[in-house]
This record gives sequence, C-alpha cells and structure tokens, in this order.
Amino acid sequence: MTDMLNWIDVGPVEGIPLQGARTLQTRTDRIAIFRTLDQQVFALLDRCPHKDGPLAQGIVHGHFVTCPLHNMVFSLETGQAQGPDDGCAAKVEVKIIEGSVHVGLTPSQMGKRHEG
Amino acid sequence: MNHVPAPASITGTARPRLVVIGNGMAGMRTVEELLSRAPDKYDITVFGAEPRVNYNRIMLSPLLSGEKTFDEIVINTAEWYQENNITLHSGDPVITIDRARQTVITQNGHEIAYDQLLLATGSDPIMIPLPGKDLPGVVTFRDVDDVDVMLKAAATGGPAVVIGGGLLGLEAAVGLQARGMSVTVLHLAGHVMERQLDPSAGYLLQQELQRRGINVITGADTGEIIGIDCVTGVRLKDGTMIPADLVVMAVGIRPNGRLAAASGLTVERGVVVDDFMATSDPAISAVGECVQHRGQCYGLVAPLFEMAKSCADRLAEIAAGGYAGSVTSTKLKVTGVDVFSAGDFSGGDTCEEIVFRDAGRGVYKRLVLEDGRIKGAVLYGDTSDGAWYFQMLKDGTDITSLRDTLAFGQAFAGGSAGNPKDAVAALPDDAEICGCNGVCKGTIVNAITAKGLTTLDEVKSHTKASASCGSCSGLVENLLAFTLGDGYEAAALKPICTCTDHDHDSVRHLIRAQGLKSMPAVMQALEWKTADGCHVCRPALNFYLLAAWPGEYVDHAASRFINERVHANIQKDGTYSVVPRMWGGLTNPRELRAIADVADKFDIPTVKVTGGQRIDLLGVKKEDLPAVWADLNAAGMVSGHAYGKSLRTVKTCVGSEWCRFGTQKSMSMGVELEKMTWGSWTPHKFKMAVSGCPRNCAEATIKDFGVVATDGGWDLHVGGNGGIHVRATDLLCKVTTEDEVREYCGAFMQLYREEARYLERTAPWIERVGLKHVQDRVVEDAENRKSLFARFLKSQETAQIDPWAERAKDGVDAHEFKHLVAAE
Ligand code: SRM
Ligand SMILES: Cc1cc2nc3c(=O)[nH]c(=O)nc-3n(C[C@H](O)[C@H](O)[C@H](O)COP(=O)(O)OP(=O)(O)OC[C@H]3O[C@@H](n4cnc5c(N)ncnc54)[C@H](O)[C@@H]3O)c2cc1C
Ligand code: SF4
Ligand code: FES
Repeated sequence: MTDMLNWIDVGPVEGIPLQGARTLQTRTDRIAIFRTLDQQVFALLDRCPHKDGPLAQGIVHGHFVTCPLHNMVFSLETGQAQGPDDGCAAKVEVKIIEGSVHVGLTPSQMGKRHEG
Repeated sequence: MNHVPAPASITGTARPRLVVIGNGMAGMRTVEELLSRAPDKYDITVFGAEPRVNYNRIMLSPLLSGEKTFDEIVINTAEWYQENNITLHSGDPVITIDRARQTVITQNGHEIAYDQLLLATGSDPIMIPLPGKDLPGVVTFRDVDDVDVMLKAAATGGPAVVIGGGLLGLEAAVGLQARGMSVTVLHLAGHVMERQLDPSAGYLLQQELQRRGINVITGADTGEIIGIDCVTGVRLKDGTMIPADLVVMAVGIRPNGRLAAASGLTVERGVVVDDFMATSDPAISAVGECVQHRGQCYGLVAPLFEMAKSCADRLAEIAAGGYAGSVTSTKLKVTGVDVFSAGDFSGGDTCEEIVFRDAGRGVYKRLVLEDGRIKGAVLYGDTSDGAWYFQMLKDGTDITSLRDTLAFGQAFAGGSAGNPKDAVAALPDDAEICGCNGVCKGTIVNAITAKGLTTLDEVKSHTKASASCGSCSGLVENLLAFTLGDGYEAAALKPICTCTDHDHDSVRHLIRAQGLKSMPAVMQALEWKTADGCHVCRPALNFYLLAAWPGEYVDHAASRFINERVHANIQKDGTYSVVPRMWGGLTNPRELRAIADVADKFDIPTVKVTGGQRIDLLGVKKEDLPAVWADLNAAGMVSGHAYGKSLRTVKTCVGSEWCRFGTQKSMSMGVELEKMTWGSWTPHKFKMAVSGCPRNCAEATIKDFGVVATDGGWDLHVGGNGGIHVRATDLLCKVTTEDEVREYCGAFMQLYREEARYLERTAPWIERVGLKHVQDRVVEDAENRKSLFARFLKSQETAQIDPWAERAKDGVDAHEFKHLVAAE
C-alpha cells in the first residue's frame, strides 16, 4: 500500500507549531499534520468522524488530539477514538526526512486543488 | 611529531599496505582492534588533518573547563605509533583518492599507494550561514584548535554566546562559564537538548543551568552575528541584541563524506557502508561519524567502537557476524548535573509509560515500555540506574515482573510514589495554606500536634484555616494525614483529571506557595503522571498561572481551546464568527459602515445582532480572519472576546441619558466598566450589565456582576446566570458613587479570578463558598477590597492588548491562518 503513495515535501518540521497542527489541502481532502511535544509528526484527515470537526484545531496532548467541536479524543498514531467513544479518524502517512515533513498522498489526493 | 619507520623493502617484508585517512577516534580504534587481531598483517600509514597525535575528542569539554589537560586526553602517544610501526603524517590532510591507481595524494604533495584504504574522516560542525559568521571570535566546537580559541577569549573574561543548546553547546557553555565568561545560550527549540530529553527533563536542566548563572534563551532565532574587526554581539531575528566577545556555533554536525564523494564512492548523508564497513569499493572501508550504515548516521563514540570491531574483523579476514547498528544512550558531561537518555522515549499508543517525579530531590524519570520491554528512558537528577535500564533495553529483557517497582531502580528497597500528601509535606513551614485567613503550614501543624486535633472541623475552629471559602480544605486534610500518619483518612477530593491526584484548589494554592511559574514547573513539582497533561488540565493550569503571575507568565497558546487561540468562535462547519466589541452596547455610523463593508468584502453570509448587544459576523473563513480584523481595527474596533473565558459583554439600557425613568447614567457607567475590565481572563466567561433604574431593562440580575441604578446610588448584584440553570443574582451591597461601582466591580472580579476553579462560573462558585464569604472579603473588609482592586488593575496593565491587532498587524501566530503547501 505504502509504495503506491506519492510523497510530498511540505517543509521543515518547525513550520508546524509544537503541540499544534497545520493543514494541507489536497485535491480531495484536507489533511491535518500534527507536531507533538516530543518532536514527532502525525497526520490525520482534518475531519472528525463525529461531525466533521476540524481536528487540526484541537488541543494536542501526548500522542492525542481533542476535537475542537465536541471534545472527542483521538489517537494520533491509529486515529482511534479514546475512552467510551466509538469512531476512527482516517490516518495519513507522514514521515520526517532530514528535518522536512513528507506526507504520503494517494493518487486521488494528488494534484493542486484549483488546477486548470 | 611524524614518525616514519624503516620502509618494508629494507626490513624485507612486503606486507599489504593499509592507509588510514583520519587520525581520530574511530580510525585509531579500528587500528587498535586490527593490531590485536593481526599485529603484522599490514604496513600501516595514517594521515591526520590535525597537527597532533590521536586524542579523546569527547574530553574536549573537560579540557575547556580546566578539569583535564591535553596530556591527560591523549589516547595514543607518538611512542605508540613507533612501537607499532605505524607511519603517522599529522597536519597533512589527504586531498585526493585515486581509486584507479589505488593511491592517495596529500596537501603536502605526498602520494602513497594502498592495498586497503580506511576512511575515518569524522564529521564537520555545521556553521549556519549567518551574516558575520566569518568574523574572528566565531568558532565551532570540534577540535583542540577550537578550544584554544575559546581559552584565549576566556582569558579576558567578557560575554560569550553559544548558539545551540544541544549536548555540545551546553558543555561549551558550562566550560566557558567555569573559565570566567558570562554565557548566554541561544536555542531555537522550546527546550534544551530536545533530541535527547523530553520537555520535563529539559526544563529541569534549564533551571539548573540558570541557577548556575548561565542565561538560556529558548525559542531564540539568531539573525546575525555583529562586529567589524571581530565579533561584538549577536542579534536575534526579533531584534534582541546580545553582546559577545566570543560566539560558539554548536548547532550540529554533518558527516564528512567529501573526499569519498569526490572519488566516486556512494555517499548519501554519509559514506554508505555494509555490515562489514565496506564502501561501494571493496578496497575501501569506512568507520566512524563519516559513515551511513543501514540508513543511520551516528554522533557518539559507542557505535563507532562497534564499527571498529567489525571493520577490524574484515581487514584481518576473520569471519564474523558484522555490525548490526546501535542503540545509543547519552549522558551530559557536566559536573553535578545528572542527565541520561536512551532509546526511543517518545512513547505512543502501543506503549505504556511510567513517569516518576520526586520534586523534593529534583528527580524525574520516564520509562517507555512496549510489550513488557523497555523502549526508551529519560532520567534527570538520578541517573544511577541509567546503565541498568539501558542494558535491559538493549537486551530486550522482559520486565513484566519488575514493572511495579521499575521506576525506583535496581536497588529498590520499598517506598511510595509521590502524592498530594507528599506535596504538602514538602512545603516550608511559612508557606501560606489558607489565603483567606492568612494561616501558614507551621501554625496548622503546631495546632494539630499541640492541641491533639484530629478532624478538619477542629482545625477550622482552632486555626481558622479553611474556615472561609474552604478552597484550602484539601491541603489541610493532607496536612492532617501527614501529621497524624496512617491514623487519618483524608476525604477524597476530585482530581482535576487522570493526569494528577491533585484537585483544582490545591493546585492553585501550591502554584503560589511553591512559586511555580511555568507548566513544566507545576507538572514536575506536583508530580504529574503524564508528560504534557491533557485537554482538561492544560487549559486550567494555563489560567491558574496567568492569574497567579500576571505580566510574568507567558500565555501558552497550545493549551487553549481553538476559540481562544484564534480569537474567534468556531462554527459547526469549521468557519468562524467574529464579534467586535461594542462598548456598553453602543455603536455609531462609522463602525456600522465598517462592519457592512467587511461583510461585503469577505462575502460573510450572516450578520446577526447577538443577545449581548453587539453584532456577530458568522461564517468567516479561517484564512480571512487576519484581514477581517485589520479592517475592523482600522475603524477603531477591537475583539469582543465572544470566545473567551474572559470578560464578555457589558449590556446597558439607555438610562438617564435618554429614558424618562432613568435615575443614573447607565450607558456611560457600562462603557466605563467595560473599558476597565476588557481583556481580563477569568475562570469562566464573565458578563455584566448596567440598568438605569429598577425596571432593569438590561437584565442585570442574571449577570455575573449586575448594576442597577436607584435614586440614591447603585445596587450591586453578583452571581447571576442565564443559561442552563437560571439563577438570579444576590445583592452584594449598595453604594453611592461611580468610583465605588468601579472599585467593587474590580475587587469582585479579582476575588473570582483568584479563588474560583477553572470553568466554574460565578453562580456555582458563590453557591459553593457562600455569599457571606464574598461579602466579608469585598464589602466588610475595605482594606482587602482595595488590595484586590489594586491586584486587578495591576494584572490589567498587561492584559489589555487587542489580540486581533497583534494578529492582523504584527503577524502573531501567523501559522494558525495559513495552510501548508507542497515544496516546489
Ligand atoms: C452569539 C450568541 C447568540 C446570539 O446570537 O445572540 C451566543 C452564542 C453562543 N453561546 Fe451564548 N451566546 C450569546 C449570548 C448568550 C446569553 C445572553 C447574554 O449574554 O445576555 C446567554 C445567557 C446568559 C448567561 O450567560 O448567563 C448565553 C448562554 C450561553 C451558555 C450557557 C452558560 C451557562 O452558564 O449556563 C453557553 C454554554 C457555555 O458557555 O458553556 C453559551 C455558549 C455559546 C456559544 C459560545 C457556543 C459555543 O461554545 O460555540 C455560542 C457561540 C456562537 C458564536 O459563534 O457566536 N451561551 N449566551 C450571543 C453572544 C453574545 C455576545 O455578544 O457575546
Ligand atoms: C566537544 C565534544 C564532546 C563530545 N562528547 C561526547 C560524549 O560525551 N560521548 C560520546 O559518545 N561522544 C561525544 N562526542 C562525539 C565523539 O567525539 C565523536 O563521535 C567521535 O570523535 C567521532 O570519531 P571519528 O573518528 O568518526 O571522528 P573524529 O574523532 O572527528 O576524527 C576524524 C579525524 O579525521 C580528520 N580528517 C578529516 N578529513 C581528513 C582528511 N581529508 N585527511 C586527513 N584527516 C582528515 C579530522 O581532522 C579528525 O581528526 C563529543 C564530541 C565533541 C566535539
Ligand atoms: S442557544 Fe447558544 S449555544 Fe444554543 S444554539 Fe443558540 S447560540 Fe448555540
Ligand atoms: S465533530 Fe469532533 S467531537 Fe464532534
């Protein structure tokens, strides 16, 4: 699966605030890229499975994010909702190469949004 | 110091020739390993760029600080080279490798043939390409020459700046300080040694360095090195100037693969080698920091020594398993500071973590476990078990049976982890426990022992502690438990969240009693069980710190809900609403025109009058927010904080300015109150209203602070709430002048800010502590009212900054409003 991905460089890790996130708009989705206090980077689709809350804007703690709309907590590693809640936020592949964040996009996510 | 033994042709043995490039730690260790395996196999020649014998590079730090001399850090003396028949050309770097002819050529023009070549060129210190980087007085920290430059600068005292707060930078800083310089460390990340330490340990280390007089500035982005003939200072990108006679650049290293790349060997980040340290050319091996093995480059000696063994096996033609990569651990070599880190301590979903904090001893330990095995460890303050954890980590030892006591170390002999009881036990006797009645710990403990008190009520009646608002009752209970021992069962208090055993009130008290001024400080001192809290405790701590240390504590954006972070209200579709302040509900044509223009210009779909007497622009796109604010600012409007746990609106009716029944000027009173209180952060939202007569058209009796004008003055009401549970206000008191309205209002707000729990509105707060408590402190005690009011005004001095203007004009938090884009 991973080898079908197109890896996109979105710039240095420092471009994402610590304990925060930024978003990347693809042709089909918006991706939330998180940077945790221990300098790791994770990505989820920026769409809460509950009611589409923008996860990038939630509070980041440990390897979790709390959705800004109704406080569901999701694991950044698996996307799984924590505690009594059900649901799973879609995970996106991301890795750091020499200080730069690279996001793995599926072929359908590729391409610029306002192309043409 | 060059040693040239008799040529092989004279001694009559034609051995294969091994040429080593790099007279450093990895190269010479490989030679030593080779000699121990096959002493006479090669005719060995070594080239070193540095004009000296091989020395222990990691001891440059003690060399700098004066704890060691050069002779003490030499590894191989000139005699050693002689005894082992090794030709050493020091101070003569190799500049070309001719692989076709199997020769190397040096700067001095030597050309020497090899059968086997060993590359051990180490790495280059990174020099950030800043203006001024070439000025005399700017050095890196890599070799003895660098130390000489530093020592020369240190001889005259003066200021030094170290750029980079990693292992090397901090060791340089400590060394220069020991030599009498006043040192500032500039570090880009949020805490020092961020690659080896988590924020908690980084915080402790930073505290210790500051305590020793080293100034550490984190989040520091260096813009320029200043000076004409030699360096005189450093300027940060934010404009800050720091004077410096010496600048040490210690921002990292880059594997030195230049020579290898020029000769056509495969070089990625480093010279690529296999498990036997062979490069892409079978006649050439490489070891040390210059290599890349299984995608990994190393910057510590332990892996290099492993590589040296495998490389020696290969050169001696001994069949062995090869090098399989290393797990590394780090220790900071600063006398009196114990820091250790190993493995991957970032944790994660499949991992469990054990956090142990002993605030009294300044100890922090964090162990990350996965599948019953140690995956990473960070230790601060007590690293005596570092080797034990590291061994188990490398061995993959199953620690399930040790798990419960693992954090206490190898020599565990019983004991308990920190808890709220220990936190009060650690307080000094003069620490204030009850703020209402000014009772300190010593008084309470004395009363308990002298008078044989055994219950909270007895303590209350004998000492008055916890007899007023009761918010310190948790602390008093813990004092009872600690003084009476196991005989006392403290009433269970609800902890803030699962990250801690402390309740809201105790945390507030302890922040002040222990002078805790940052989030990591609170988490360490109160022995938080997670590394960085959660969405429940972090916003609460952020508010408590803000309220306790106005003007000093820096607001932590990442610990605020999105609304308070971007200063607008998030809507269900992820767009925002924007509510400009309309002082006392008053507006004018200019403001209305600006609002209309903004709505047109940014295609804002909904414009609505709110229940708080102002106008809401709904459906603004996040990326438009700064531009929307800029336009509103231009018309003189500021944020209405419709999103904040802060002052919201001050509703007014028309009052005696227009109304035929009005007895006082309610509009101007409302505007004044709003101008005085806007921008203040409170435990929950805070709303006010001013009505011009008892008909109360501004609905002041369901507000947090309501003012109702009467014939002779003003009635002041508190603790009202619309919302879910409607609560009418209680009458606080009656006053006559406008000045009194302001003073009581500010004092009441301050009491609420200092005493209520985060997310507790005034209505439930007053129901909990009782109206009488509030009256005692704000009405009966004039002295106290004045000091509350003074504290309120003091904290307003730094609170009334329009968050919109900061973001529209000054680019604060610009990242919040921009998407990432793919690099071209
Ligand atoms: C915009 C507004 C409704 C309107 O169009 O009139 C409004 C909108 C919201 N109110 Fe309200 N409240 C608004 C006036 C009120 C009032 C009336 C008033 O202030 O006189 C009340 C009852 C009075 C009171 O607070 O005691 C009110 C009681 C609440 C409550 C219940 C509070 C409580 O203590 O029970 C909440 C929920 C909360 O805060 O947790 C709430 C929460 C909200 C939130 C912030 C919900 C949320 O978290 O997203 C709504 C935000 C919408 C937005 O983006 O603007 N809103 N809300 C009013 C903004 C006033 C302003 O100019 O700032
Ligand atoms: C101040 C300081 C403190 C440190 N503290 C620690 C520590 O506490 N723990 C730890 O594990 N590690 C520590 N290190 C790192 C450790 O010193 C290195 O990992 C180790 O020295 C690397 O060995 P090496 O042989 O690969 O490189 P080096 O020791 O740098 O040796 C490479 C040598 O090759 C020479 N050279 C380069 N190019 C040529 C050429 N073309 N011709 C001839 N010679 C050439 C260089 O001049 C150099 O002498 C520290 C490093 C420094 C600078
Ligand atoms: S009453 Fe307040 S919180 Fe409820 S829908 Fe209306 S604006 Fe939103
Ligand atoms: S939309 Fe995320 S919790 Fe409701």
